[in-house]
Amino acid sequence: MTLGQSGFKIYLMRLLLIFLATLAALVMSSCDNNQTAVDKATDEGILIMGNTSEPKGLDPHIVSGVLENNVIRALFEGLVVEHPSKDGVALPGMAEKWYPKNPDKPDEWIFELRKDAQWSDGTPITAEDFIFSFRRILTPALASDYSFMLYYIRDAEPYHKSQRTYLLCRNIAPFKDNWEILKEVDLGPNGESELDFNKKGIDHLNTKELIELKNNPSLFDWPNNISDEIRTVIINKNLEFAKSGKSLWELINFGASAEDPHTLKVKLNSPIPFLPEITKHYTWFPVPRHALEKYGKEKVWERIPEWTYPENIITNGAFILSSWKFNEHIEVKRNPKYWDAGNVGINGIRYLPISNLYTEDRMYFDGQMHLTYSLAPELIKYSRERYPNEVRNELYLGTYFIRTNVTRKPFTDPRVRIAFSKAMNQEALIENVLKGGQKPAGGLVPPFGEYKANDSVGFDPEGARKLLAEAGFPGGEGLPDIEFLTTDKETAKAMAEALQAMWKQNLGANVKIKQMEWTSYITTMFEKNYDLAAGGWIGDYLDPLTFLDMWMKDGGNNRTGWHSPEFEALLKKAADTGNPEARYRILEEAESLFLSERPILPLYWYTRNYLIHQDLKGWNPLILDNHPYKFLKLERNQNNRSEK
Amino acid sequence: MLRFIINRLLQGLLVLFALYTITFFLAKAMPGEPFTTEKNISEEAKAYQRAIYGLDKSLFEQYLRYPINILTKGSFALSTSKGRPVEDIIAQSFPNSLILGLSALGIAICIGVPLGVISAIRKNSWVDWGAMSIAMIGICVPAFTVGPLLQIYIASHLPGLKVAGWGSPADIILPALTLGLTTAAYLARLTRGGMLEILSQDFIRTAKAKGVPSNKLITKHALRGGLLPAIAFIGPSFAALISGSFIVETIFQVPGMGQHFVNAVIARDEFLLLGVALFFGFLIVIMNLAADILTGIMDPRVRLGSNQK
Repeated sequence: MTLGQSGFKIYLMRLLLIFLATLAALVMSSCDNNQTAVDKATDEGILIMGNTSEPKGLDPHIVSGVLENNVIRALFEGLVVEHPSKDGVALPGMAEKWYPKNPDKPDEWIFELRKDAQWSDGTPITAEDFIFSFRRILTPALASDYSFMLYYIRDAEPYHKSQRTYLLCRNIAPFKDNWEILKEVDLGPNGESELDFNKKGIDHLNTKELIELKNNPSLFDWPNNISDEIRTVIINKNLEFAKSGKSLWELINFGASAEDPHTLKVKLNSPIPFLPEITKHYTWFPVPRHALEKYGKEKVWERIPEWTYPENIITNGAFILSSWKFNEHIEVKRNPKYWDAGNVGINGIRYLPISNLYTEDRMYFDGQMHLTYSLAPELIKYSRERYPNEVRNELYLGTYFIRTNVTRKPFTDPRVRIAFSKAMNQEALIENVLKGGQKPAGGLVPPFGEYKANDSVGFDPEGARKLLAEAGFPGGEGLPDIEFLTTDKETAKAMAEALQAMWKQNLGANVKIKQMEWTSYITTMFEKNYDLAAGGWIGDYLDPLTFLDMWMKDGGNNRTGWHSPEFEALLKKAADTGNPEARYRILEEAESLFLSERPILPLYWYTRNYLIHQDLKGWNPLILDNHPYKFLKLERNQNNRSEK
Repeated sequence: MLRFIINRLLQGLLVLFALYTITFFLAKAMPGEPFTTEKNISEEAKAYQRAIYGLDKSLFEQYLRYPINILTKGSFALSTSKGRPVEDIIAQSFPNSLILGLSALGIAICIGVPLGVISAIRKNSWVDWGAMSIAMIGICVPAFTVGPLLQIYIASHLPGLKVAGWGSPADIILPALTLGLTTAAYLARLTRGGMLEILSQDFIRTAKAKGVPSNKLITKHALRGGLLPAIAFIGPSFAALISGSFIVETIFQVPGMGQHFVNAVIARDEFLLLGVALFFGFLIVIMNLAADILTGIMDPRVRLGSNQK
């Protein structure tokens, strides 16, 4: 068929021309002088950095993630700030000076606040702001994920856990020095109980319910060792308090207090020589009471997403929030009211929520950002060759390990656990599968500062076979089928398969891989429904305790079923030791003990791989990766211009 | 016509309610809950979090509460994973998806329809085979291949184009192209089929015999009927285009709506999931209706049919 092609062709050509012209106009409009986004940003003093995803919020009391932390540290400032290049060193922040009252027993600290500190709206910052903030994050109804970071403060824990009976009765007979007798009473909620009052727990009963209980004590399932007198005392005390209408806050003897507007005193449960390190965490940052009170006097103890929106937020850090476009960017700019504003080296930061690491790396190579959040393992070699000065590989305070379920055979036997650990060729795994320059883990706690890292973990196939034979499984004979739980990521699968092969080859063990989607994987691990489970831990603060205290008997993050009285005794001993060095030695001992039982099989210590533009100065390796932004500088580096 | 529209809208409402019910119970059937995190949270803190989001209520109460809150307060609840109202999230991300979707549709029509028409006119020639082969490739090659290829071979070399990011008008081009190519390929095939059917009909031969100029024959007579299958397809696919694509948004860093469908499920954020699912359902209903009305205008047979009922 030859139906008038010529006329129609002209029509089509016209359409195509219009289309191309529009495209060209669009391209030209955004193209000025061949300058990349990074060049422009450097000239403006704006740092552009990748930040993986959209934050859950910017309220320091509600969030719990690393990416939120990256933005919050620009906006808010705690008592002390990080050193730009030294781990574990504190520089003055909201506090000018800080010291323990008694250096030999650092369980009471004084923070002298600076007098020129103010919120970004000009309101002065006082010790009361800190006490308000501590109380807010500890308020049970706020339901913060991270309240436990303040449990070091005296009475913070019973307040946050609403332990009314404990607070009422701890100092009276017969409970004083004998709190153990109430161990089996459901003071808090007990979901498994049939009775409503047990379900709620005595601590949570209201006046009406307590009167009912007083009239009929059998409404509650009391353990046998609790006498009638004790019951009466508990019920009466609770009832009396409930009737008074007071809040638990008035009942506690909270450790933090304001000696005067510029002196904050913090009394702890036990000596903590590293307290300044803990106060660097955003859970210890102050939030502006006056900004929250705009939503109502009583609303300050609740979640108010709006107060962190750019038009409402008031902060005390080196920067203030200037723009927050959902999933597009977050921008902060210089805070003129910041006490050290004169020494802040950059004018602002733009955070990009780039979740795909390949996209992020491509954007970096395209000259769109100064700093990536990560570098895809496949691109490390390429980047090293093309941009040798822009690739970084740094140790990060985290350990990757495999949990064993010590309540299930064959991992009830520590020899089997250690055999599985020794059968893992960490270096081969890192070299051939992970390719991210990770460090083979010699123990649980990554090496830092004065703490001596353990080196008892390592590849030893001979030793592994021997141990397995001793445990009664020579050459893997008689071993049941073992299930290895991991996540549904591609990398997790590759790693699991490599380990599966190592266990097969070195031990003759048959391990099946079970991949699960993230939340299901976490839930399954919590329910201890696994034999082996991949996992990891990132330290919250710079102290070995952040890796060690999770393995206590009732630790919510333990999930292995393992516990040891000796191990806990050592941790207790360390907690009572004020001398930092002596304390480290005790913790080292605790770690050795832990590894000799090996409920987890340490695999590698995390490293962070990322790309950094030569214009950015002052970004030094820090093991917690919490870089204080105010010390950064942006200067054009003429030797290293990226051009299209 | 009015009765037809009202009728369809009521049907749409029913569809939306069914969609809500299915999504709600599927969301509830997911293992775990929004407050499952790697670092353990105490049971008490979780109980308070459930109370904040109303997840401590009975299932039936929760099932009723969500639509009631939408109707009475216009509230789609607070997203558990993003800490802000769901309607706010949709309001911020939908405009971006709309712009991207419209551009993609524009590209799809500009490429697909002419390609289909040419193929039909030159049936079984090399032009036809070439065009249809390209269309087949367009349908088969997924966006996660096209996207990075465009980034590496076009954006990295062309000043003015960024490999990814959102902000200037030029940033729309590559994601829109990636998104539009598949639709263009479908359109080309549908247009070709529709045109071929029309071109073989008697009235075209008559018009040709009467000496109607050939370009007019196509644009005035054939195209009108030949495009009908394409229009029926454009309606729902337009809804899909403007509600965003997880893959394209991730590759090109577009702050659109598509990613919420996936992320809400991963984060067990049932409110965000319900919000975007209902919004998507709403778009589908409206677009289908629009396509039907448009078909009615273009095709007298349909119009007559609905009048007779």
